[in-house]
Amino acid sequence: MIEAGILLLLCQLAGESLVRAVDLPVPGPVLGAVFMLGFLAIRRGVPDTLGRTSHDLLANFSLLFVPAGAGIILHAARLEAEAVALITALIGSTALTIAVAALVFVGVDRLMGGTAAEDSGA
Amino acid sequence: MNPQFDQLWVYLQANPLGWLTATLIAYWIGAKAQRAAGGRPYVNPVAIAVLLLVALLAATGTPYQAYFEGAQFVHFLLGPATVALAIPLYENWPAVKRSLIPMIAALLAGTVTAVVSAVGIAWALGASAESLVSIAPKSVTTPVAMGIAEKLGGIPSLTAVLVILTGITGAIIATPLLNALGLKDWRARGFAVGVAAHGLGTARAFQVNDLAGTFAGIGMALNALATAILVRAAKCGAARSVIGRSLSLRVQSSFHRSPWAPPP
Repeated sequence: MIEAGILLLLCQLAGESLVRAVDLPVPGPVLGAVFMLGFLAIRRGVPDTLGRTSHDLLANFSLLFVPAGAGIILHAARLEAEAVALITALIGSTALTIAVAALVFVGVDRLMGGTAAEDSGA
Repeated sequence: MNPQFDQLWVYLQANPLGWLTATLIAYWIGAKAQRAAGGRPYVNPVAIAVLLLVALLAATGTPYQAYFEGAQFVHFLLGPATVALAIPLYENWPAVKRSLIPMIAALLAGTVTAVVSAVGIAWALGASAESLVSIAPKSVTTPVAMGIAEKLGGIPSLTAVLVILTGITGAIIATPLLNALGLKDWRARGFAVGVAAHGLGTARAFQVNDLAGTFAGIGMALNALATAILVRAAKCGAARSVIGRSLSLRVQSSFHRSPWAPPP
């Protein structure tokens, strides 16, 4: 667990540092994930402890958004005043984006002659 | 109120322990409720946790900043968890490599749809200028979206809220929407949810299918990258402001420039 924590934090630290040093338009943790991917590729495998820790972290990924979500309390007045516009835009745009991205993915994949990753016959 | 209770209250207010515990309990209740509902997406644990916490903050008259003092320890883990996305990415690498071109196409279509449709719908329904700028990066993961809103003159903390609401929306509608469209490819389903609804969409995708979760994580990361580059390109383009050069040309040319090159 300690090793996994060190690895995750080191990669994030390297990512955040590089982003600031070179002024890259990428978030630090995303670059950290690229470093982690490089580490795993060089090592040719995922250490057990890292696999377990990251599985636990990702299994509870949505919990990590709760503190920022509670910030809705700061903007209650504005959200109420513009509720119809903002909520319609959020729902409409999110649905449209999911549909467009998924349809383009499948369409281009078919053009390329790819094989869909579906549940097999279940 | 008796003085001992006052003392206890002062301790809980001043100490991160109370609000950290409250955050975990609120989420635990939300997760329990979703499990009790058979994992149905519209019983969303984040939405439930946020509602419970907002009610608690309002009832106790606690300012959000005081709450965040405690909750920041949970918030902090967003960084390491994002790094951890590399592990399923590595494990599913062959599938990822095969899907490179469909991913890039879906990314471009998704990034543009997300920004244009959000701003377009909000504008048509009369949202204020500040809200329009704040809603533009709504599909991008929180820290990047906040940075973008700040650069464009929006309100970063409003963007954070709109981003979370987008994530909750995506997590709720993705499964029924994609089923209605008859799309069964886990790669396409996951990727689209990651592009549209960032980390919360990714969390939902991991709940449904591991491969979908992996592709959602990639979609989230690539959309953050693409939107950040688009915004930077638009800014550089505006600064140079060559008359007669259309926006589409500027955006197009920015793709020829290496995203890793330092800004001109």
